[in-house]
Amino acid sequence: MALVASIPIRPAAAKPGQILAVSVIALFLAIFLVVPAGTVIYTAFTEKGTGALTIVNFVDFFNTDLFRRSFFNSVYVSGMSVVWASAIALPLAVLTTRFDFRGSLVIQTLGFVPLIMPPFVGAVAMQLLFGRNGTVNLLLNEWFGIRIPFMEGLNGVIFVQSLHYFPFILINLSTSLRNIDRSMEEAAQNLGSSGFRLFRRIVFPLAMPGYLAGASLVFVKVFDDLATPLLLNVKDMLAPQAYLRVTSVGLTDPMGYVISVILIAVSIFAMWLSAVAMRGKDYSTVQRGGGGLSRRKLSRGESVIAYGVVALILLLVLSPHIGLLLLSFATVWSFSPLPDAYTVAHYGRVFGESSLYIKNTLIYASLAGLIDVVIGGAIAYLVLRTKVIGRRWLDWAATAALAIPGVVLGIGYLRTFYGITLPDGTPLATLWVMVVLALAIRRLPYALRACYAALQQVSESLEEAAENLGATKQRTIRRIVLPLMTGGLLAGFVTSFSTAAVELSATLMLIQSNSDAPIAYGLYVFMQSPAGRGPGAALGVIAVILVALCTLLSHYVIERRQKALGTAK
Amino acid sequence: MLKTIAAAMLMSAAFIVTAHAQDGGKVTIVTSFSKDVTDPFKAGFEAANPGFTLDVQNKSTSSGVKYIDETKVNNQVDLFWASAPDAFDSLKSKELLTKFTPSVTGLPEKVGSYPVNDPDGYYFGFAASGYGIMSNDRYLEANNLAKPAEWSDLAKPDYYDHVAIAAPSRSGTTHLTIETILQGEGWDKGWGTLKGIGGNLQQVTERSFGVPDAVNSGQTGIGIVIDFFAFSAQASGFPVSFAYPSVTTVVPANIGIVANAPNQAGAEAFVNYLLSEKGQAVLLEPAIRRLPINPALYAKAPEGFPNPFKDPRFQSMITFDSDVSKKRTDVVDTLFDQLISFQLENLKGATKAIHEAEKALAANEQPVARSLLDEAKALIAAMPITAEEAASKETRDAFTGGEEKTARQAELEQKWAAFATEKYAAAKAKAEEALNLVD
Repeated sequence: MALVASIPIRPAAAKPGQILAVSVIALFLAIFLVVPAGTVIYTAFTEKGTGALTIVNFVDFFNTDLFRRSFFNSVYVSGMSVVWASAIALPLAVLTTRFDFRGSLVIQTLGFVPLIMPPFVGAVAMQLLFGRNGTVNLLLNEWFGIRIPFMEGLNGVIFVQSLHYFPFILINLSTSLRNIDRSMEEAAQNLGSSGFRLFRRIVFPLAMPGYLAGASLVFVKVFDDLATPLLLNVKDMLAPQAYLRVTSVGLTDPMGYVISVILIAVSIFAMWLSAVAMRGKDYSTVQRGGGGLSRRKLSRGESVIAYGVVALILLLVLSPHIGLLLLSFATVWSFSPLPDAYTVAHYGRVFGESSLYIKNTLIYASLAGLIDVVIGGAIAYLVLRTKVIGRRWLDWAATAALAIPGVVLGIGYLRTFYGITLPDGTPLATLWVMVVLALAIRRLPYALRACYAALQQVSESLEEAAENLGATKQRTIRRIVLPLMTGGLLAGFVTSFSTAAVELSATLMLIQSNSDAPIAYGLYVFMQSPAGRGPGAALGVIAVILVALCTLLSHYVIERRQKALGTAK
Repeated sequence: MLKTIAAAMLMSAAFIVTAHAQDGGKVTIVTSFSKDVTDPFKAGFEAANPGFTLDVQNKSTSSGVKYIDETKVNNQVDLFWASAPDAFDSLKSKELLTKFTPSVTGLPEKVGSYPVNDPDGYYFGFAASGYGIMSNDRYLEANNLAKPAEWSDLAKPDYYDHVAIAAPSRSGTTHLTIETILQGEGWDKGWGTLKGIGGNLQQVTERSFGVPDAVNSGQTGIGIVIDFFAFSAQASGFPVSFAYPSVTTVVPANIGIVANAPNQAGAEAFVNYLLSEKGQAVLLEPAIRRLPINPALYAKAPEGFPNPFKDPRFQSMITFDSDVSKKRTDVVDTLFDQLISFQLENLKGATKAIHEAEKALAANEQPVARSLLDEAKALIAAMPITAEEAASKETRDAFTGGEEKTARQAELEQKWAAFATEKYAAAKAKAEEALNLVD
């Protein structure tokens, strides 16, 4: 499997710069992640009433049927979601990167949009389309007298989660595929390999870092996601159980925090497993394939099939957004396949306020994305390229953020930073910067995986060559590593940015006034009343379009870069 | 890259400086009410009290309570405004509210049989809410169902898989509905009714608004909701109906001033505005439609709007004992979760078997099968603890953590869940046996 002999000889002693980097990142993670989350999760290890330290709560966890059932349900749902998400993502990624396919830029962008599912409205739109009395089932019932339970039970959760999170695989896999050196493929072709065998033996294994990065993210994200099961009223899964227990009025139930600890443990275990799967294998290639893999032309028949498949997949994965669009123009939509009538009044209602929300969202999400890429890139570099003590811990800590429920982090921020006041008496926790930091921490694992995958594909021999020619470490990073990682860094930024733009759970605890509110909060405020459904959907549409445009822009930048690289070669 | 970061940092610094140029009259309110409710009140309040601005922070009731509790060391919130009285009780018991005597006088002391204000003056009712049954007309017509009028109707076989409710542990208002049924019908009979309805549930939602949302969109036909959800949906054009069952109660939605409020004068002004005739009139707007606490307002109410002070339905409603309710809040919520929400599949399976056996027996009456069916029903209705045990100190301590060692909450939960699993399985077996006898 090793394509280029990996050279494990590295300087044993860490450079002062590396130690400094580790310390700075460790400090950042400690202040904004470990301490705030720790102040809340600590409850898991205390006895209720007396507050004495104990592990009896964990014994209780494993003695409770409900929690055991929830645990297995969560594992099952996460596993199956990875399978289905791969089934959706693979054709899209391969068709758009391996073939001369018109509109691949648009497809890549549209294939990314499902990740931007605004809270609440996305759920309502899904129910209106696929619910028991949604459009599809009402029509099926009228024509054939049957109903398909898309949205019921664990299978419903798997259905929605695969549609929602497959872009993680799509975006990471596409980036990996683009980065594969064409000469590998050509060598295989010269040796007589072609078609599916070529893909199975050469192309897919080379894209493995990206696929694993995406698949492990999907697994962990589904395992830790509480919004989707709750919207489908599935309560016997772990994340919803934790949420339900942490947020009940007046109850101080340690089990919610116990579940949080277990979620964190499983998430780190899953990431560790994916790291083990990669261990001892080298996926780097010396050359950056100009324009990625050689793009094959499709014959006419193949074209028809390929476009058909892509159109079908896109129709399925974008259906929640189509529903959202309909809802934003609907007057009343109740127990009917389509709304009763249409209006643009909802957009008028949100027009005045949305500019403030949009501005805040853009500032928060782009700052959070930026922080994530910087820290994620640094951690990836430290783990993969250095032997500094504690580098793995940075990775685990950052990954653990994925498993900490947003509301736990929100409460932790209040506890940690509310007592600290600025000179004019306002608490530190009320500054909007805190929202940015909370978002950055919550989305850091996404960017980290992307940076990780990107760096795994860069051969160390290139850096060694640079150093042999007299370049310093810093110069090597700046001139060699960073340019080669650009695609991955951008992928990381886009994922962090777009998911931060629609995040609500931590935000809801930290937003102190309407003038600091991002779009997700604005949505929440509307979605609590029957008359607010339309305006809420309108805001949702605005959010999706906004984030999609930013995504399109960055894809455009990646494409142009690839082309520039290709011609330069 | 460095340049971008520097620019971003500069931008942040500029923001910190400008964002906190406050004016003296900002009144900060934490509320669970939607924008449709808060916007008209904000406009009205600011017009009636020039110089004040109302800053609305939306949080769910439970996050709001947690938020005020977590930030008490340096409180920045003036008012807490929400429906569920239990949230205010919780705040009051943590000493997070301030006493106040509103200047508005002449308001009634009771609505139905529930006191409008906190007896100690920590929070005040501003609107009345009754609980009842909301239904989607199109859904009922498509499924050939009659409009249900009573709680017991919802347990009938016709309504199997057509009903939705919010989990009482999540929704303070649903908790009160459950407690009303338990107090009105008694512990054992009340739980019998609740489990009867439970067997017909299509979904147990996690948010109060989840239920009216599901009914509005027609995903489910019938929901147990607070009245204004149905009235405001009707006003927005949704094809829905609403009925108050005879065993129900009206309770006030409340407002309270937070302890150490940064703007006490502003907070007082808002409470007075809310209770004044002007403020009360806002409640009648189509998107809000809550029952004002000021009886004079009902003269302006739209046709068919219920008046809890005159309407005979409300006079016959039961007396709600909030002391009884308070003692067992956690126990009742947890019982509902463990016996109904988390056992929904088992409970529905047993209920369906009973419905089928019942139908077969109606056509072909057989005493042996009938007694089996009665046993099955008794198994479903069986409770793991009595009303006395539910309110006992030992049980309560398991939830709040007492000084003396008691069973832990997790242990009780597991015990109750195991009890329910076993009884529902036995009930299903008996019902199936009865069906086999008849067939």
